Amino acid sequence: MPQDPNQVKDHFTLFREPEYKELIANKRAKFEGRHDVAEVERVVEWAKTEEYKELNFSREALTVNPAKACQPLGAVFAAVGFEKTLPFVHGSQGCVAYYRSHFSRHFKEPTSCVSSSMTEDAAVFGGLNNMIDGLANTYSMYKPAMIAVSTTCMAEVIGDDLNAFIKTAKEKGSVPEEFDVPFAHTPAFVGSHVTGYDNAMKGILEHFWDGKAKTVPALVRQPNAKINFLGGFDGYTVGNLREVKRIFETMKVEYTILGDNSDVWDTPTDGEFRMYDGGTTLEDAANAVHARATISMQEYCTEKTLPFIANHGHETVAFNSPIGIEATDRFIMEVARLAGVEIPDSLARERGRLVDAIADSNAHIHGKKFAIYGDPDLCYGLAQFIMELGGEPIVVLSTNGGKAWAAKMQDLFDSSPFGAGCKAYPGKDLWHMRSLLFTEKPDFLIGNTYGKYLERDTGVPLIRLGFPIFDRHHKHRYPIWGYQGALNVLVTILDRIFEHMDATTDGIATTDYSFDIIR
Amino acid sequence: MSVSNPTDIAEVKERNRALIQEVLAVYPEKTAKRRAKHLNVHEEGKSDCGVKSNIKSIPGVMTIRGCAYAGSKGVVWGPIKDMIHISHGPVGCGQYSWASRRNYYVGTTGIDTFGTMQFTSDFQEKDIVFGGDKKLAKIIDEIQQLFPLNKGISVQSECPIGLIGDDIEAVSKAKSREYDGKTIVPVRCEGFRGVSQSLGHHIANDAIRDWVFDKSEGKAPAFEPSPYDVAIIGDYNIGGDAWSSRILLEEMGLRVIAQWSGDGTIAELEATPKAKLNVLHCYRSMNYISRHMEEKYGTPWVEYNFFGPSKIAESLRKIASYFDEKIQAGAEAVIAKYQPLMQAVIDKYKPRLAGKTVMLYVGGLRPRHVIGAYEDLGMNVVGTGYEFGHNDDYQRTAQHYVKDGTLIYDDVTGYEFEKFVETVKPDLVGSGIKEKYVFQKMGVPFRQMHSWDYSGPYHGYDGFAIFARDMDMAINSPVWKMAPTPWKDSGSDYLAIAAE
Repeated sequence: MPQDPNQVKDHFTLFREPEYKELIANKRAKFEGRHDVAEVERVVEWAKTEEYKELNFSREALTVNPAKACQPLGAVFAAVGFEKTLPFVHGSQGCVAYYRSHFSRHFKEPTSCVSSSMTEDAAVFGGLNNMIDGLANTYSMYKPAMIAVSTTCMAEVIGDDLNAFIKTAKEKGSVPEEFDVPFAHTPAFVGSHVTGYDNAMKGILEHFWDGKAKTVPALVRQPNAKINFLGGFDGYTVGNLREVKRIFETMKVEYTILGDNSDVWDTPTDGEFRMYDGGTTLEDAANAVHARATISMQEYCTEKTLPFIANHGHETVAFNSPIGIEATDRFIMEVARLAGVEIPDSLARERGRLVDAIADSNAHIHGKKFAIYGDPDLCYGLAQFIMELGGEPIVVLSTNGGKAWAAKMQDLFDSSPFGAGCKAYPGKDLWHMRSLLFTEKPDFLIGNTYGKYLERDTGVPLIRLGFPIFDRHHKHRYPIWGYQGALNVLVTILDRIFEHMDATTDGIATTDYSFDIIR
Repeated sequence: MSVSNPTDIAEVKERNRALIQEVLAVYPEKTAKRRAKHLNVHEEGKSDCGVKSNIKSIPGVMTIRGCAYAGSKGVVWGPIKDMIHISHGPVGCGQYSWASRRNYYVGTTGIDTFGTMQFTSDFQEKDIVFGGDKKLAKIIDEIQQLFPLNKGISVQSECPIGLIGDDIEAVSKAKSREYDGKTIVPVRCEGFRGVSQSLGHHIANDAIRDWVFDKSEGKAPAFEPSPYDVAIIGDYNIGGDAWSSRILLEEMGLRVIAQWSGDGTIAELEATPKAKLNVLHCYRSMNYISRHMEEKYGTPWVEYNFFGPSKIAESLRKIASYFDEKIQAGAEAVIAKYQPLMQAVIDKYKPRLAGKTVMLYVGGLRPRHVIGAYEDLGMNVVGTGYEFGHNDDYQRTAQHYVKDGTLIYDDVTGYEFEKFVETVKPDLVGSGIKEKYVFQKMGVPFRQMHSWDYSGPYHGYDGFAIFARDMDMAINSPVWKMAPTPWKDSGSDYLAIAAE
């Protein structure tokens, strides 16, 4: 009997007990109808080859282990960044259960979001009644200040018209006429979660700036001294936005964070559940039209939003998740230029401390080869930083990156001697990455939680940076932007490198010599 | 306040009824009328819980339910480990359900097993406009090239498939012929079908009937039949549950020829009609196929409950009653063997947990099945409800599990659940990931009862020790005492203390 009441064994140890090992082996041998072990071994080895890689890269239809999600996830991300805003996703209800679970698994926080719960009858007759009832229920139950509507693929396929539906719902009295219900069509079969962020953010700004679906006059821009800031879809949003705010305050920049979800995904445990917390006030969202300039931290998250803002007369600047010295320098100097402020000496000191840290540690990174995957902007920012550290980002893969992204990555590689031989892989998935890890043999892999399967299969150690991170806690609380953020990224990379060094030199009477106490 | 204390029962019922009225007051009239049918206070002796169930969720209320795709791909089919399950449609559904359900298995992932992988047709606009059948055919070809050791393929339909008129059945049949009769199963589990995960279970069960059983009839199993062959139905091996159940069945002398579907294989599905008895854990998700096997192959089925020693003993005896004295003696021997372990677990944890109250809101069988395990530890379940139960679930709950006065909530809304917990103030809430942090913020101990909060197994005798440990660590964690801010306490005079 393997269980012990004084030292309870759970799945980590229970199934390694002889009784269970025998049970599992017996099941396999007698009932599972498995392939011969030798045949499995043969295919294991074949899947590591160049030949397999070629076959793998010749795929045209099948996607395996993609590193992207669908549009409405991004729409929910954008919506919860506004004051007392409840995201409302029009379409099937299961989708909403998935988005809420996905965010809660990453942030370890509640995520409130409702669905219009469309079923077969709505598929036939359209979802107008679901919108009418749904808005009324949401409004009376959860008392939001704003309901931000987006769509699942079901509503998109049957062609529901959000603008008309919301108008009708208001006429029917679901919510007051003047109640804010911005919307965005977010078909899951176009783009990815970053596209959904973009569409939803644009929908919200359009609502406030351009006359609330023709119900009030459009706002007339009267430029002021403020800078708008768009973080984009970002798994580090809690840490990053707080860091960016700190930087702005240090620089005495007047700013508006558009979509500030740093508080809603980081509420205290003190006895009270705060369904809404923080967020950009609706007043600030509207007044953001008057800003002198708008910064997007992630170009590929704002491909529609930023031109929309530029059309309102703002100077706009886009970054690609700036990480490290050069990218942060550019960010800080652009902020200073746009806001017309001096850069305080404290930031120069922060910068100097980061350079100091890099000087202390870069020898452990220099010359190491990295494979990176993730959202297009994050990939760019990480690759740039890796090259600053003397590392070589030989494989950079983005399932939701396109040709323009790949060209931009190539320009980045070409700008540094550490980029020689590096390659960007747009539109590829993690099964492609698996082949690349076998054939290109990088030293480390950088990616999200799903990378742990790649680490297991290929032996390439995983450095967890990206979204989602389900199997490590609280990473989202620490910034990756700003000099402080880059320091966190540096430490994350170094920790994994050092752990790997120790784990590969701990052989007793075999590798005693490299098992150093000082590194 | 505890429903187990008879002097309080009237008071508890009164409070619960008032609570239901209170939450209904927030809704628009039409919605209040509809929701009223899903909320009730259980009356002892009634044959069901007095609530309507398996009805469409109301738009905009924040239902906790999922969809038919989740019921088919996520629950029934996904764990069949040597098949490749294509999430057919846009990328999201497969992404969000990728490896999140903890259906444990052993195998060489990506080579001969595929459980923790996400295969998707990643529909683009052109696939919606021109249809996805050609793409599906090509996907099957590519799977055959890159994953030659797969033992079968299922096509898990996402919403658009049924809306754009794709003929996945035709593609599946054609490709099956092309690949020498390979098992390729089209599943019409589009998310908009039905009202919850539940219809997805049913559709998935039917797909096994039509595309696995009918096809494999006459195929001899790889083993000699024995009089003691049983199949475990409706155990998804979450955290290893099916293994800690299987071990007991084997110890009592039975031979488990198949697991549905945790750590399961297509060979096991095909062999199941040879079983002498189907033992059914999750009635909700797999009663359909059990009934089918009973009708078609004459295989009887019996429900069992492997949560907590009382229910385990009762279930082992019930299962044994279908067999001869050897097995019945085997069941007694197993019960006796584990009795000291169970007593030790109860002796250790009951003093720390006795009298504590629990509110549950889960899916499948758990809103009733885990009640006995809590009671074995001296705890009381004071509220429970099903995400996607039907009336037969509520009947079983009323007749065998819940106590007089228990608060019942079907397809609960976020708002209702929050208000119920706020007022009832249970010592523990057991529900899902979407609910976990809501209640923890409120300072209420919580365990995820879908994923076992990344622990488990909870089934069987070995699992009960883990269950007890986990409930204790949730309720008696020091963290909950730290939730209130001390200087916000009205009695706190920190300035005076600091001045001393």
